[in-house]
Amino acid sequence: MTDTANEQAEAPPGISFTINGATVEANPGELLIDAAERHGVYIPRFCYHPRMKSVGMCRMCLVDVDRGRGARLEPACMITAAPDMIVDTESDQTQRAQEGILDLLLVNHPLDCPVCDKGGECPLQDQTVAYGPGESRFVEEKRHYEKPIPISDLVYLDRERCILCDRCTRFASDVAGDPLIHFIDRGNETQVNTFPDEPFSSYFSGNTVQICPVGALTAEPYRFKARPWDLAENESTAVVDSTGARVVLQSSRDELVRVLGVDSDAVNWSWLSDKERFTYEANGSEERLTDPLVRSESGEFATARWADAAAFAAEALQADPSLIGVIGGARLPVEGQFMWSTLLDALGVRDADPQIGDGLETELIQSLPRATIAEAAAPGGVVVLLSGDLKEELPTLYLRLRHAAVEDGASLIEMTARATGLSRFAKAKLHALPGTIDDVAEAVAAGTTSETVGGVDAAELAMAAKLLGSGRPVTVVIGRTNLAEDPGLITKAAAAIHRLVPEAKFLPALRRGNIHGAIETGLARGRTTTEILEDAAAGEVETLVLLGADPLADFPDRALVSSAFDMVENLVAVDTFATASSARADVILPAASFGEVDGSFVNLERRISPLRAKVTAPGQGRADWMIAAELAAALDHDLNVTSLDEVRTLLSSTMPAFADIDWSNIDAGGDGPLLGATNAVTPSLADIAAATSVAVPAVDGYGLRLVVDRKLWDLGTMVQQSQSLAHLAADTTLALSPADFDALGVQDGSTITVTGPGGATAELEVSASAGVPRGVAHVPYRMNGFDVGTFLSASTAVIDVRVNAG
Amino acid sequence: MTLGGKEIERAAGFVANDTPKIVTSRFDVEDSHTLVGYLATGGYEGIRAALKKKPEEVHAQITEATVLGRGGAGFPAGVKWGFMPKDVWPRYLVVNGDESEPGTYKDRLLMELDPHQLIEGCLIASYAVGLSRCFLYVRGEMAVAQERIAAALNDAYEAGYVGRNILGTDFSLDIVLHWGAGAYVVGEETALIESLEGNRGMPRLKPPYFPAAIGLYGKPTIVNNVETLANLPWIATNGAEAYRAIGTETSPGTRMVAVSGHVKRPGVYEIINGTTTFRDLIFGDDYCGGMREGRTLKAFVPGGGSAPWFLPDQLDLPFEASQVGPAGSMLGSGAIMVMDDTTDIPKAAHSLTRFYAHESCGKCVPCREGGTWLERILGRIVDGHGTTRDLEMLLEVGETICPGEFPHAASERLGLEAKPFPYGMTTICFVGPSAFAPVHSALTLFPEEFRDRVREVSDDDPVASPVGAVPVELKGIGAS
Repeated sequence: MTDTANEQAEAPPGISFTINGATVEANPGELLIDAAERHGVYIPRFCYHPRMKSVGMCRMCLVDVDRGRGARLEPACMITAAPDMIVDTESDQTQRAQEGILDLLLVNHPLDCPVCDKGGECPLQDQTVAYGPGESRFVEEKRHYEKPIPISDLVYLDRERCILCDRCTRFASDVAGDPLIHFIDRGNETQVNTFPDEPFSSYFSGNTVQICPVGALTAEPYRFKARPWDLAENESTAVVDSTGARVVLQSSRDELVRVLGVDSDAVNWSWLSDKERFTYEANGSEERLTDPLVRSESGEFATARWADAAAFAAEALQADPSLIGVIGGARLPVEGQFMWSTLLDALGVRDADPQIGDGLETELIQSLPRATIAEAAAPGGVVVLLSGDLKEELPTLYLRLRHAAVEDGASLIEMTARATGLSRFAKAKLHALPGTIDDVAEAVAAGTTSETVGGVDAAELAMAAKLLGSGRPVTVVIGRTNLAEDPGLITKAAAAIHRLVPEAKFLPALRRGNIHGAIETGLARGRTTTEILEDAAAGEVETLVLLGADPLADFPDRALVSSAFDMVENLVAVDTFATASSARADVILPAASFGEVDGSFVNLERRISPLRAKVTAPGQGRADWMIAAELAAALDHDLNVTSLDEVRTLLSSTMPAFADIDWSNIDAGGDGPLLGATNAVTPSLADIAAATSVAVPAVDGYGLRLVVDRKLWDLGTMVQQSQSLAHLAADTTLALSPADFDALGVQDGSTITVTGPGGATAELEVSASAGVPRGVAHVPYRMNGFDVGTFLSASTAVIDVRVNAG
Repeated sequence: MTLGGKEIERAAGFVANDTPKIVTSRFDVEDSHTLVGYLATGGYEGIRAALKKKPEEVHAQITEATVLGRGGAGFPAGVKWGFMPKDVWPRYLVVNGDESEPGTYKDRLLMELDPHQLIEGCLIASYAVGLSRCFLYVRGEMAVAQERIAAALNDAYEAGYVGRNILGTDFSLDIVLHWGAGAYVVGEETALIESLEGNRGMPRLKPPYFPAAIGLYGKPTIVNNVETLANLPWIATNGAEAYRAIGTETSPGTRMVAVSGHVKRPGVYEIINGTTTFRDLIFGDDYCGGMREGRTLKAFVPGGGSAPWFLPDQLDLPFEASQVGPAGSMLGSGAIMVMDDTTDIPKAAHSLTRFYAHESCGKCVPCREGGTWLERILGRIVDGHGTTRDLEMLLEVGETICPGEFPHAASERLGLEAKPFPYGMTTICFVGPSAFAPVHSALTLFPEEFRDRVREVSDDDPVASPVGAVPVELKGIGAS
């Protein structure tokens, strides 16, 4: 918002026009409805939404417009202000039109407000009171439909209440790119519906509920849970991924019942993915840890008093600091991360990694010149997608980049392992065979684009080189393309692009929530998770601390984690749930979760925004900063903090990046500020790449190279603990290019035996996917039926699998 | 004549007379729809003449001739072409053959009986404004027209009149034939463009979607009516002077009208623009030959189902927009529906309103909800269940579709002054107001027929549930 305010201040003088007798100025191109609102004149509307194209359908925003030929009713959402235009939003004619439109809208709208979920916050209800006729004169039978019908697993549609404003349908087709709901039939019989047997299974379906101006669309998690006037709310930030979408948390009776998107210019434009919107359900899960758990002599967990559990954990931390490793921390708010970082400093612990082997190295992230989302999505830019499928991993960022490509002329170069949600908009598709992404990037950088490299057509390479050399601003979205591949290859590829376009900026697509907060607060230090686990497996780690981490499920090498856990003396977990990993700990300290404590969050742009408490944590769950402070006290390293404010003051004085933050109201300016410069000294990207060596074995002529990546709905803790979402995780299938079918003797739907590197086998169903390159087998991570993590190895650059039909 | 191997009746309703013919000259010619028949009667002479001139000269000729658009709005074609922005390519010509206004069937005959004339018109227009792709959108229900045009296009392509390097010149044009799917609203030009693009046939908002600026596929587009284009070959052959010699200064040339209803000889006639009067048409021996035996004229619709009605008082008005407008109606699509003294006026209005309510595309609220509401109130009145309050409500609901006073004709009998065209509207296109037009005309010009039909209620009466309400019916998926 601050950016926009600046633009407005610098913009040339606007267009002067008259509204309700006052002379005001509109910005060039600004719609009348927006210009009026900016000057304090609200024009009622239903179909208009500032983040979508106007359609002028509902006719509610008709106002008297005089262009010198007399006043005429014109829709304020379709016209821009013109010089000397005289607008009257309060004239008799305007008021009669408003009254008439509402009269007509109520013709077929059921007057069941008292039992409608929208009652109390309904634009139709509110505007009828404000602008409508006193009563409806329609005495005939209204339109009837079966009500409500589920149009997806999460959304219900009541077609009787629908006023056909085209908001949800426009959102689905224009914003989300999932045109699965449409108008069908015609005229007075028009209804919104899905195609038969094609549910509205969009990752963004919840947005349609939020923008519905009546109670026609309702979401499964909130239906009949509360009335709007019972809700208390607080503005916060979504923590399920690193985009940091701004949200409003709404609670009733100390229970989170709804999350809505907030219109943040910088980040999410009011949109949320269904994961950001609905995983609040996990907060109220019955499986939340409520009490500290300590493993007893008999090996069973027993609930313990905080002081006893803390003392137990503190004793484990009294080990030689060189024998202590910390994994995780991306779940924690910035303040908790900083307190843990301070505690580790006090103890002299050298090794902590908030990434769980499925991201990129901290040093690489710190070396990158950073872009904001707005810079990446700027009109006319070039965006390199050196990452996983953003639609699956960072869906809100996907919406911004999709908009940039579809509406703003941005050109996408896709350097993912396979086709993604953005492929259809990509100008160049460089789906390199696993193990060759660095060669592909080198070929583009060197301009040797005359022959196929890594399975990528020369024409695609040439197009990528042309776009990167076009002089347009370049942003590289950098993340992990393939969990079965050594991330060092990404480093090398990034360095090659940076060499070609030294002005290129980077937007890290690390997936995990507050990972950037952990990096900025110094929680990332020393060895990586892979190295810590390798040391542990070799018996060189005495105490392993899991800060909200579940490496047994997330780290892409099951065997290594298991043997590391077997070998460490003490396993300390701080978590909100008993996960596969924390269930093996010696002590678990229950932490307060999202929405339960105040704090802050750093997103992938390094933008800091507040996390605010709305409900109390269940049982004895505590804020992470308190847990760190308590452990410190038990270890005779009193950190001298007794409140969140003191933590923040200490943080600002210790970490230069946080020095200028106004903690009293982080988001006062709208979106939250970007962090300042750090004093971290890191080698350059080129140096890091030069020091990275990855030995990629030759392609096994009889095998397939494995691509493993994430889906939005997986077996992750937050999804599985949300009752509306848990069942959305699909079964694991092995996706192959149909071009490989004949050679392998398989077909779509056939069951095959897959043999992994260590001889492990699995039976999987084959699915045909044109988006998977030839010679590649794609398996999603953490899905039902098969754990592909058992095939992965941290010490191998790529994974080759064999496939046997039948 | 034969079509698709079957012997069929000649399209009914055409009557010849002695007035000058511009567009219907071949209607009496055997096989006028074939290339042979067309060439034998001076076909493709117009484009030959046009191709000898520069495109600007052809454009200027059409502008000078003043070919008023025959689709309904009556805007001069040459001026419309001039709205195309310079140097924006590609640009398109779209032929509006989605003739579906109630009572209108003139374009159908043009397409069935003289398809090559239309194709030649497309060639001349495309040459004049310099475009190379034309889309011919034919109403879905007109099977004969579709087959005839398809056959004519094939012949014309083969003979080199359409396609690459037409008649050996640099001018090339492709004509794409597209069949509609049966929606009245697609006769509206922006809805037609939406439909042509493969979307639901719903009108776009003007501004910003003026077809000349943002039309088909977002490119500058001319949308012309079939009859408008059918005039061009004659003008290109005979010159603008000759065209202007027919009709009046403001309405030159001829125009086709389609007469239906209670006359002796309903049918399509080519009349003189600005000169022929409604009396000539309805009572003239050259034309309809008067009312049915023993009947008198009660009212007539002068310009398609959506036009406000005229009374016998207006019979002496000529087909001249500048006179018909101030008299309270429009010439529209040239459909004249004649009602004699046996006509049940509320029922006639209901019949027309039901059509527009049914044909509402559902995009904007006043038309979608208001049209159906009007139809239901009117249906109640026709069935004898209405009240005096319903009569007020008809006008009130109408006012939300068309704010301000709605145009109507003068009536000596009622002591009524005319309210001139046009009307205000809260809708995107004219379908909504069209649903109200017959209601308003019927109520204003024949109030007694409604008063006789309804029960008197006072303002103190509670709103009673209407008798004969539509029974509850579940629709759509999952209906049980």
